Amino acid sequence: MSWILPPGASTFAGDIDFLYYVILVITGIAFVVVEVGLLVFAIKYRARPGRKAQYIQGSIKAEIIWTAVPAVTLVIIGLMSGGVWNHIKGRNSIPPNAIPYEVHVKQFEWNFTYRGPDGQLGTADDFTLRNQLHIPVNRPVELQLIAEDVIHSFFVPAFRVKQDAVPGMDINVWFEATEVGEYEIACAELCGLGHYRMRARVIVHSAEDYQQWLSDRSAAADEE
Amino acid sequence: MATSAVSLEPAAHTEAHELSFLRKYIFSTDHKIIGIQFLLMSFVFLLFGGLMAMMMRWQLGFPDRPLPAGQLLPETMAPGGILLPEFYNSLVTMHGTIMVFFAIMPLLVGVFGNFLIPLKIGAPDMAFPRLNMASFWVAFSAGILMMAGFFVEGGHAAAGWTAYAPLSADPEWTGVSGGQQIWLLSIAILGLASIMGALNYITTVVNLRAPGMTWFRMPLSIWSLFITAILVLLAIPILSGAAIMLFFDQTIGTHFFDWTDGGQVILWQHLFWYFGHPEVYILILPAMGMVSDIIANGSRKPVFGYHSMVFALISIAFLGWVVWGHHMFQSGMNPTLGMTFMISTMIIAVPSAIKVFNWMGTMWRGNIRFHVPMLHAVGFVAMFVIGGLSGIFMASTPVDIYIHDTYFIVAHIHYVLFGGSLFAIFAAVTYWYPKMFGRMMNSTLGKIHFWLTFLFYNLTFFPMHDLGIAGHMRRIYDPSQYEFLQPLAPLNRFITVSALLLFTVQILFAVNFVMSWFNGKKAPENPWDANGLEWTVPSPPPHGNFAKVPTVYRGPYEYSSPLVEDDFLPQTRKLASDVDPAAAGL
Amino acid sequence: MRRFWVASCLFAFLACGGGDGDSGGSSGAAAAAPLGNSSITGVISFAGSVPTNPAIDMAEEPDCAVKHSDGPTDPIVVVTDGKLANVFIRIVGGLPDGPYPEPSEAAAIDQNGCLYSPRVVGVMVGQTLEITNSDPLLHNIKAVPTENRGFNISQPRAGMTSPRTFNTPEIMIPLECNVHGWMNAYVGVVEHSYFATSAVDGSFTIGGLPAGTYQVAVWHETLGTQSGDVTVEADGSATLNFTFGG
Repeated sequence: MSWILPPGASTFAGDIDFLYYVILVITGIAFVVVEVGLLVFAIKYRARPGRKAQYIQGSIKAEIIWTAVPAVTLVIIGLMSGGVWNHIKGRNSIPPNAIPYEVHVKQFEWNFTYRGPDGQLGTADDFTLRNQLHIPVNRPVELQLIAEDVIHSFFVPAFRVKQDAVPGMDINVWFEATEVGEYEIACAELCGLGHYRMRARVIVHSAEDYQQWLSDRSAAADEE
Repeated sequence: MATSAVSLEPAAHTEAHELSFLRKYIFSTDHKIIGIQFLLMSFVFLLFGGLMAMMMRWQLGFPDRPLPAGQLLPETMAPGGILLPEFYNSLVTMHGTIMVFFAIMPLLVGVFGNFLIPLKIGAPDMAFPRLNMASFWVAFSAGILMMAGFFVEGGHAAAGWTAYAPLSADPEWTGVSGGQQIWLLSIAILGLASIMGALNYITTVVNLRAPGMTWFRMPLSIWSLFITAILVLLAIPILSGAAIMLFFDQTIGTHFFDWTDGGQVILWQHLFWYFGHPEVYILILPAMGMVSDIIANGSRKPVFGYHSMVFALISIAFLGWVVWGHHMFQSGMNPTLGMTFMISTMIIAVPSAIKVFNWMGTMWRGNIRFHVPMLHAVGFVAMFVIGGLSGIFMASTPVDIYIHDTYFIVAHIHYVLFGGSLFAIFAAVTYWYPKMFGRMMNSTLGKIHFWLTFLFYNLTFFPMHDLGIAGHMRRIYDPSQYEFLQPLAPLNRFITVSALLLFTVQILFAVNFVMSWFNGKKAPENPWDANGLEWTVPSPPPHGNFAKVPTVYRGPYEYSSPLVEDDFLPQTRKLASDVDPAAAGL
Repeated sequence: MRRFWVASCLFAFLACGGGDGDSGGSSGAAAAAPLGNSSITGVISFAGSVPTNPAIDMAEEPDCAVKHSDGPTDPIVVVTDGKLANVFIRIVGGLPDGPYPEPSEAAAIDQNGCLYSPRVVGVMVGQTLEITNSDPLLHNIKAVPTENRGFNISQPRAGMTSPRTFNTPEIMIPLECNVHGWMNAYVGVVEHSYFATSAVDGSFTIGGLPAGTYQVAVWHETLGTQSGDVTVEADGSATLNFTFGG
């Protein structure tokens, strides 16, 4: 049992994890107050012979306090969340230097299209890999999610990124990995009987390794 | 104002005692019998829904082992006892569907709306008794139709209880055709039953209140059922409309949700959740109301802040219409809308918080009798708080990016619908059982059932938060397929064992329920020393409820009033200082 | 029906006392005798430069990859020494009216090493096609016919078999696995049993025919269709060869 988030490996992880822990502390306090309060009341005010409950209809002051305190706390959480949300998912949040990829998503596979040596998507030297996303570390990447049949959801737990891919909608999602390594991509939206196996890998290379991989790969594509 | 419409004379009902068995117990128009019919039907569906959950838990806990007795299932569901992924998806879909639409919703609205409203407002029956009967039998037919979907070729609907298009719209993506159509038809038919019921509740509460039963003398249970009925009347037609559109997409070639031909995939989600979020409150408001009644009774104190409780209910009912987008933060919806829905969602948490503090305030300085209904009611508060607090994580859009569609959501919904609604249902059933059946349930067995349920419930659902925090997606058939989920296998097994135990201990409740019906101690008129009107008539009340129209002199929560020696003061008891409602202009 | 009963009994948590009810009418009629003893044989050849089949990256499925010693390729055009396999051959004209003899065995298709084997298979209308999974992982089998009823089923484990039948002739029904997008197979559904699939050496035989003149059609998934006429004597054998170009 653990309420600690697993290690993150993208620039989003810091912000999202911080918000998570803020909310965990606030709700943790509320949780303890209510549960301990219930327990104490249950013991202290249990029925005993000869006792009578105190006839209390309520208290305007108490009502104001326990309306205002949660309201203010929640609005503060909302405002804190708003900035992070805009940074991650806002319409203009995608950094201009992000490397674009096209992701064609269908039952039950992720097809990642890479721009070839010309640095442009949608040209003849593009190449496509099934269930493998190779990206450089410390560089934003932008995925254009194109769903071809039903709704899927692109989820990389380690990057704290999740975005539905919806047929008929242009949806872009971006992130920036901060650790070299291999991570799992999962489908997070029920998409049919193979949903549980709709997995892929993202391989984060160092900048040099990524260039090397890209040129090797392009050479291989030329041979074919 | 309330008096003017009380036109149904109790005397008119006395002749009805000569009814045949069929008219009295099967095609009955008596609200109490219809309430009990809903109760029995919902319990059967609760059992079905529970069995489906057990099958899913088995697969998640022990993905390599055949389901015990799974060989009894046909090859198309579980060859050799191993569940197929497509059947698992049907289970995911039908567990949610059955529990939401055929168990929790009828238990709260159908059972207690029917049983309590006339009795608690001093009416002889519902405003439209025949419509009431029709409501039950239409709901029953919808239930039979829904179960029939398991037996058609291609299997039952497998697109989740939310039936997201296009997965639900085209048989090509699931292999399911007839099952999904049956699902949609059944939902539309059930909607008809809900609308009939809601109309009846609203009319009855508005028109049939006894003299002196002013709006602010109504028990919170009635307030909550009244507001719920309004939500049902407004929300259900949206679902029915959406279901019919999807049915047409499947059968006659319309393209409402077909993105390749002018339709919009995400339109389904907007329609579904525009219904779906008010539905969430339909599933919890009556629970809150009944728990308020029971906590006041158990604490022997007035409900703390009765008026603010009513206003909290009303504000939840209004705000409930502007938060649906929080189900769709990751759906590709415009992110600016995400901001709007996040703020409205944060605000709707406030009235729920007010209610929790008021329940605690009710217990404060009370003289708490821990009868079985009170145990369940306090259990409700303790569990609902967890469900409410975990909702804040999801309301925060950035945190939701990570936990959306994970087991954190599964934990949250079960803390609200099981820890919340179902504990409230246990509280309400045990509280009003004597009035329904004229017998007392066994208290010892009831307490054992409560504590074991409370224990295994938390052992089952609390660790699901941890699964979600580790990134465990929901609705997946075999988590061992992902490397990052493999370390969670022991926790999944633990949850499965807890769930099996949780399911098993419900036998205690079933035994208590059935045995007490036949062998329970005869119930007195007012076993809980309660104030409501239903406790002034025999248990069970006769046809027509009240021998003469009752007169109400005060609110429902006058416990431990300094005016009287007893620690309760029934609404109908006339004190020397009380004025006749007609004279007081009520 | 009986399975429905068992399932409903389980759901209702009742003890099910029902014995083994008759599981419905099986096709009890004995298979009709062959209409004759003549046969058509032939070889499908391939002329021209053989296209390269694309390589498949099976790295994500090591359990399948180990079954392919020299790198798996997608067997779209399989040519061995100038002979073409996986061509579906059937008689389309000249047969007497039915009923036609039914094959005594079920047709079979296996999923092995994340490929279908065979890739092209024929069944008679009503004949059972047994779809088997020999891989220790999930395959789903999705059929998208135009004339028959489609299905989409899964086999999450090795050793599972699902029988399927088709009620209407259809050339050809594609089968696909969506977990492994490269997996494709084709089922030819014919109203009689006079069909064959060319072997690795390009050969085929259609036997049990009465004497007569027949029109024969052949199909290949990418190379298209051809047809030809052939006459066979009673108890004789005739040869009919086809050549596809590159």
